[in-house]
Amino acid sequence: MDDLLDQYDLVLQAFWLTIQLSVLSGLCSLVLGTLLAAMRVGPVSVLRGVGTTYVTLVRNTPLLIIFVFIFVAAPNLGWFTDTAFLTLGVVTVSLYTSAFVCEAVRSGVNAVPLGQAEAARAIGLTFAQTMGSVVLPQAFRAVVPPLASVLIAMTKNTSIAAVFGLMELTGRMRYFSNNSADDTVIFLVFAALYIVLVELISAGAIVLERRWRAAR
Amino acid sequence: MTAAPSSTESVVTLEGVDKYFGDLHVLQGIDLRVRRGEVVVVIGPSGSGKSTLCRAINRLETIDGGSITLEGQPLPQEGKELARLRSDVGMVFQSFNLFAHKTVLENVTLGPIKVRRTKRADAEKRARELLDRVGVAHQAEKYPAQLSGGQQQRVAIARALAMEPKLMLFDEPTSALDPEMIKEVLDVMVDLARGGMTMIVVTHEMGFARTAADRVVFMSDGAIVEESTPDDFFTNPRSDRARDFLGKILKH
Ligand SMILES: Nc1ncnc2c1ncn2[C@@H]1O[C@H](COP(=O)(O)OP(=O)(O)OP(=O)(O)O)[C@@H](O)[C@H]1O
Ligand SMILES: [Mg+2]
Repeated sequence: MDDLLDQYDLVLQAFWLTIQLSVLSGLCSLVLGTLLAAMRVGPVSVLRGVGTTYVTLVRNTPLLIIFVFIFVAAPNLGWFTDTAFLTLGVVTVSLYTSAFVCEAVRSGVNAVPLGQAEAARAIGLTFAQTMGSVVLPQAFRAVVPPLASVLIAMTKNTSIAAVFGLMELTGRMRYFSNNSADDTVIFLVFAALYIVLVELISAGAIVLERRWRAAR
Repeated sequence: MTAAPSSTESVVTLEGVDKYFGDLHVLQGIDLRVRRGEVVVVIGPSGSGKSTLCRAINRLETIDGGSITLEGQPLPQEGKELARLRSDVGMVFQSFNLFAHKTVLENVTLGPIKVRRTKRADAEKRARELLDRVGVAHQAEKYPAQLSGGQQQRVAIARALAMEPKLMLFDEPTSALDPEMIKEVLDVMVDLARGGMTMIVVTHEMGFARTAADRVVFMSDGAIVEESTPDDFFTNPRSDRARDFLGKILKH
């Protein structure tokens, strides 16, 4: 416990790294997942196939294996040899999470009545404009809670990066724990920091839901 | 056979249009020519292919045979070119289909801003004029769900008009409306017809057909069975199927 207080800067650094991992991965997953969803509902069959294959592959593979692939297998093949661990972590978590974002967004797209897209096409919007201006904004409104769940799971999933040497919260927790009675306190402190992050996501989701419910 | 269209130039021409849904032959060799300024009412029993005809003209449905030309140009394949061509054809749906997440004003300005690249300020000014013309100017900042059906349909008409279309398609624009709202929508449509808009209107509103239509087209089982002036059609239908159909809709 004294260790924690003495070296609180290490705790803060770890918290900051987890925040960076989560925020960057969250943004990348949202963008990539939305693109994948657009591919899967789009008119081009090749892109639909690519999107479907990607989601099937990634969603059915344990995250740990994807970590191994990016952190161990890829460098052995000569890829990512000089890439910073933070970047590798973001790439890994984003590749994985985007498959789940894709499916959440796609269920939202399916919840938007077909007439909305038809009306958009009828005034001359292209497929991309129809998605961007009419379908996706309504799809997102419909899937705020499931998207929040995906992002919450993602935040906790960043902890797997500890296995590969990233000193984010979980990595730092392992550094402090020393098989004594103190460990319980240490675990609670680090768990509390995850809870803070996750609660921020939940709160953000509630704010968005309120605002969007008012606007219709 | 037709009452004075303002010009003989044709806006849309269908020649031998065929459309199948699986084994179902929904459009069977449709020939139809609509001249500039002409108002054509399409009437016929449920399932006769009226909606499919409208959707085919706007290429929301592909066709399996024949040709559809807009001002002499064939409809292009899916893509940017088609999107541009579609913007010249206004479409009003039975279920309004206003963009639920956008205000009334945004519904009307979206097309001009995104498709025509009109400046926002100009698009809004024009949108307010159109909303005023259809009688919903004071609802501009509301969301569709806050409007009555009749108001929503008038906004949908303004949204289509904002694109300055060469042709307006109406697919049963009043059949989802309560009786007291039907008139307010029909009045707007009569106004448009008088203003010289070229229109294809699927409707069973005989009053509208008699006041505004130059021609009535009667469809049955995917084919055009009869074409005549509204007066001729309603008082003296030539085909058995038209007589039968009119007998049914006149009863209630
Ligand atoms: N997407 C579709 N897939 C399969 N069949 C369809 C589809 N759309 C329409 N049909 C069928 O095509 C036929 C013509 O339909 P359409 O909607 O054009 O008729 P309509 O004249 O507009 O009828 P209504 O007066 O009921 O609106 C009907 O038998 C209908 O069931
Ligand atoms: Mg119909």
